[in-house]
Amino acid sequence: MPKVNLTHFEAALLFSFLTSIVLAVVTKRSDRDRIVYGLYCFGWFVVALFGLGWLMHIAHG
Amino acid sequence: MSSKRKAPKEPMPPLSVWGLPVALAWFVPGGGHFLLKRYGRAGLLLFAILVMFLFGLMMRGEFLKPQGGDLLTVIIYYGGFLANVANGVPYLIATWLGYSQPDVAGAVHDYGTKFLVAAGLLNVLAMVDAYEIAAGKKS
Repeated sequence: MPKVNLTHFEAALLFSFLTSIVLAVVTKRSDRDRIVYGLYCFGWFVVALFGLGWLMHIAHG
Repeated sequence: MSSKRKAPKEPMPPLSVWGLPVALAWFVPGGGHFLLKRYGRAGLLLFAILVMFLFGLMMRGEFLKPQGGDLLTVIIYYGGFLANVANGVPYLIATWLGYSQPDVAGAVHDYGTKFLVAAGLLNVLAMVDAYEIAAGKKS
């Protein structure tokens, strides 16, 4: 099994992408709703990622 | 006085209706949906959960083992172990092939451990969804 070294950002993006797929599949009832909700979830993951990143950057000084 | 009336609790469907899809959903991610002929959703679940699990292995994440101690330790290690087992056959194969990664310091390993746990938790969501479809609560 090859070893991969992802950065924090890459790992968090990959996590967001895959989790959004599953959340969209299991929570919505039509394909259109699934696509919209998947993109919505992914968007919020990315917003939270940047928000928390900046928060930690500012808090760290 | 409240005008809201509590909805009567629906009886649970018999085990024979949902037992096999839920068991298959645990064993193979997306397997329950496949059995219930939701092929598109099955493929998406298999892809997302398996890719997350494989990245967890490739980042050399640790399989958590049950461990006693203070409450937080018990929750993290027992919960993590159960979440790892919830991955089903990918976890069983990795264990059978001797995958054993010690807990080492480093962000990548730590992410790997979280990926392995998260993949199992996503599979639990897939199992619940398979149950709802099999029980007729969802199409």
